[in-house]
Amino acid sequence: MTDFTMQKDADGVAIVTWDVPGKSMNVLSLDGAAELNALIDDALADEAVKGIVITSGKKDFAAGMDLNVIAGMRQGGAQAVFDGVMTLHHLLRKIELAGMDPKTKKGGKPIAAALPGTALGIGLELPLATHRIFAAENPKAKIGLPEIMVGIFPGAGGTTRLVRKLGAMGAAPFLLEGKLSDPARAKSAGLIDEVVADPVAAAREWVLKAADADLVKPWDAKGYKMPGGEPYHPAGFMTFVGASAMVHGKTLGVYPAAKALLSAVYEGAMVPFDTALKIEARWFTHVLMNPSSTAMIRSLFINKEALEKGANRPEAPDQSVRKVGILGAGMMGAGIAYVSAMAGIKVVLIDSTQEAAERGKSYSTGLLDKAISRRKSTEEKKAEVLSRITATTDYAALAGCDLIVEAVFEDPKVKAEVTKRAEAVIPQDAIFATNTSTLPISELAKASARPDQFIGIHFFSPVDKMLLVEIIKGRETGPRAVAKALDFVRQIRKTPIVVNDARFFYANRCIIPYINEGIRMVAEGVSPTLIENAAKMMGMPLGPLQLVDETSIDLGVKIAKATKAAMGDAYPDGAVDAVIFKLADQGRLGRKTKAGFYDYDDAGKRQGFWSGLASEWPEADTQPDLTEIQHRLMFAQSLEAVRALEEGVLEDIREGDVGAILGWGFAPWSGGPFGWLDMLGAPRAAGIADSLAEKFGPRFAAPQLLRDMAAKGESFYGRFGAGKQAA
Amino acid sequence: MTEAYIYDAARTPRGKGRPDGSLHEVTSVALSARLLNAVKERNGLTGHAVEDVIWGNVTQVKEQGGCLARSAVLESDLDESIPGLAINRFCASGMEAVNLAANQVRGGAGQAYIAGGVEMMGRVAMGSDGAAIAVDPSLTFKTYFVPQGISADIIATEYGFSREDADSLAVESQRRAAIAWDEDRFARSIVPVRDQNGLTILDRDEYMRPGTTLEDLAKLKASFKEMGETMPGFDKVAMLKYPHLGRIEHIHHAGNSSGIVDGAAAVLIGNAEFGKAYGLKPRARIRATAKIGTDPTIMLTGPVPVTEKILKDSGMAISDIDLFEVNEAFASVVLRFMQAFQVDPGVVNVNGGAIALGHPLGATGAIIIGTLLDELERQDKTVGLATLCIASGMGAATIIERV
Repeated sequence: MTDFTMQKDADGVAIVTWDVPGKSMNVLSLDGAAELNALIDDALADEAVKGIVITSGKKDFAAGMDLNVIAGMRQGGAQAVFDGVMTLHHLLRKIELAGMDPKTKKGGKPIAAALPGTALGIGLELPLATHRIFAAENPKAKIGLPEIMVGIFPGAGGTTRLVRKLGAMGAAPFLLEGKLSDPARAKSAGLIDEVVADPVAAAREWVLKAADADLVKPWDAKGYKMPGGEPYHPAGFMTFVGASAMVHGKTLGVYPAAKALLSAVYEGAMVPFDTALKIEARWFTHVLMNPSSTAMIRSLFINKEALEKGANRPEAPDQSVRKVGILGAGMMGAGIAYVSAMAGIKVVLIDSTQEAAERGKSYSTGLLDKAISRRKSTEEKKAEVLSRITATTDYAALAGCDLIVEAVFEDPKVKAEVTKRAEAVIPQDAIFATNTSTLPISELAKASARPDQFIGIHFFSPVDKMLLVEIIKGRETGPRAVAKALDFVRQIRKTPIVVNDARFFYANRCIIPYINEGIRMVAEGVSPTLIENAAKMMGMPLGPLQLVDETSIDLGVKIAKATKAAMGDAYPDGAVDAVIFKLADQGRLGRKTKAGFYDYDDAGKRQGFWSGLASEWPEADTQPDLTEIQHRLMFAQSLEAVRALEEGVLEDIREGDVGAILGWGFAPWSGGPFGWLDMLGAPRAAGIADSLAEKFGPRFAAPQLLRDMAAKGESFYGRFGAGKQAA
Repeated sequence: MTEAYIYDAARTPRGKGRPDGSLHEVTSVALSARLLNAVKERNGLTGHAVEDVIWGNVTQVKEQGGCLARSAVLESDLDESIPGLAINRFCASGMEAVNLAANQVRGGAGQAYIAGGVEMMGRVAMGSDGAAIAVDPSLTFKTYFVPQGISADIIATEYGFSREDADSLAVESQRRAAIAWDEDRFARSIVPVRDQNGLTILDRDEYMRPGTTLEDLAKLKASFKEMGETMPGFDKVAMLKYPHLGRIEHIHHAGNSSGIVDGAAAVLIGNAEFGKAYGLKPRARIRATAKIGTDPTIMLTGPVPVTEKILKDSGMAISDIDLFEVNEAFASVVLRFMQAFQVDPGVVNVNGGAIALGHPLGATGAIIIGTLLDELERQDKTVGLATLCIASGMGAATIIERV
């Protein structure tokens, strides 16, 4: 396998082309790096070569390092990681110094990068080491360093080079937020040098005329000063004071990569460039050895992508949706219509009145107008998308739909009626999906004449923003229906998980106990502030009380009543109901009524806690330990995930973890509930669960599966990893 | 054990620490040297009269760098055989100099010392010496670093002090300082600053705003609200450390925090033999000294645990103390001290404090020991305790007893 090839032309330009066989996008492997190294050695040694252009044989430059390789590097321990990273540094430094005399800085060979399209991660770090970066006029290309999004940071000199180029403040959005830019914006930000029609030609021309001085990086020249000042420069000092505080506040101390990145920047800023690279490598190694980065790469990249590519898709011909019928143009239906139309799918949006159907369609108009005002869309695009949506009351319009998504009121009778009406019109082979969040699929399927073609597709609100879609198989759901649902989710560019039909499916099953545990604590006299902060400090995006205010308290009441009716005497959540029923009775239904656990101002902005909380449920004089609160909130969710696995609702822990992070924001740093339990280790997790059970009730009792794993010393990813089915 | 006595305590007036402050034209070395000369003359010191000059100073860069203590000795009329030690324990540097000197004397390492400190805050800006704890992520994350003003606001939030509480304390500080000057209560300590021709540059504390009212202070904007709540958002960092706090109440402003000033102070410490040799009468003995490390985030609560420690170490009770000096770095620091020990506000900072008079960082610790002694003498009381909160989470205290 050859990832890099080199051609030398008559003018003395060596064109190095990166083209990894069998992949649509270049990613760098260790072997690839060794190949590139040999080619650079060859070109630098060859007297006939005057300059070098590094480009790609694909439409994009590169997507970054092969994250599977990064995940694998960790196996060799810290020394192997550090040595591997230093090898990359030596290669890139060789490119940067290009054979020039170390004292006079003369005699180096110009090396330029020519980027036809997207250049991410090492795909930008490599160009940053060259002497000039040319990008094609390709507004779809994304240029940046997104490493932080998967729990690591740019570790092949990208951190050190960008900070020296742009200063700590200038580099911050790219390093700390992983901000991506199109070529024009990348140029104005100083990430790249030129945007041209033909980057290879421009790069070729440049290397032939570049002078010695053009090759010397500012940080290799005498008298270099970091833009904005190094940490003990008066202006730099303020920047670094602020940077620490902002990163600390924002990451809540649970994302080790951001802190390590900042340390590499701080420590690196005060020493010569090569020493800074060594410092960067030490911190990168430190982050890679942290279980959080492994867990984040696993869930947020490798497994997320595997699920999106159909890891659990049954064998079936392509089921791409051409025309979708959406029943119910409320908030969910309107959102589903929007994402479908955006994906190029024809949409029939039905509601009982024309006015309601049109209102549903206008949701798309609103989103597109907003996008236009932010220059993310155009009037033409808007017209095109809206033309795909037919808003009507007429079921006959559903003729020719190959997928129906029903999103009407959560009432089995209403749902049964629209199911029958739609099935009377749609083709025999169409798949019928319900977007219920609370009703069992198998029960709803009874209304269908073709229950094997009946499935649950559970969207989260707001549909256009939420990344996860939960696909639920009813008892009789057939494989083609699953394939259809998965192909639809792929079309609308969301991430699917496939679960079996049981009360609340997977996501809500885990979220409800989280919310309930928070509410229970209020009733126990735990400080609401402490509850919310404890959750956030574990990396939950919203505390349980804020979350229930967002999802609405009357929904909680409704779910509680339905659950109680279903469970009878075994119903365990009376303590929760005592609180939420009281709030609901006073009309405090959450954010939508501008009153819930929190107070809201007239504009709906959240203020402090409702003063009534303190009078109804006074805070106890002695407050529990923070860790205990965090364990309660985290185990409430994680044990439910384990039970879902144990009961076969969840068939693949990858779906459990990816679904938890994308669905309800479960502590992304942990890689998901199974990743988190693996970090704790089964014996410790079972021990904590049992002690919580003893103190707070049997809802925390360790499931048998966890107990067995503890006894055998197993981990979830050891036992159920990559595709291994649950027992 | 040998006793360490205070034979003299002197200080310069405090000038506004700004380009238009009266002492802005005077170098740190010159101000230090002129005060050392005053101590030499007032007590008739000759030759190797003291073992060392221990000089507190916080921002030890530029003219305050390079072992300022030695520079000051060489600039002064003291004998060159007296070395000079510059020390930094932030706001308690001047107190630490006194305590260190006292403990050297008690331990037999020399008969006498001049201890004190200087800070020319208008000439060498606070913070210009850098500080890893504010910028090195390894440390900022571990300590949940926030600036002192935020820490002072955390104290107010945690212990329930309102803006009105803090402003009332500030008004009282101004009122007491004004009375002290009207009645010449600082006369024994003040050494006017004169130029090389003997012309007076400053002979009176100039930072004070006598007659300040609650209404005046109510107009001032909270100084740390923006950096806490918005940019860069220190409150969030604080709440990670104290998750039970829903929000930080930002109550401190320029009028209820200590003033930025220039100034120096010196205390002459020696054993009984030293006093006999120079015919000096001891004014007080240093009865106990203490220092302690505390939570670095809330940072400024040190006076409480260090007072507990010094009382325990010396077998004393809070009721044994007649008068207190608790450095008014921020109003909440003093409010917290009085709350913790339930002491009568009438015996704390009797002549006002740093809110009215200013806080020349490296000197203040020595200043308040002198102020405490003067007031014990004026009221004819016996035992006094001085204490300061210290950056990065420390506390220091000294108990003196008139003899």
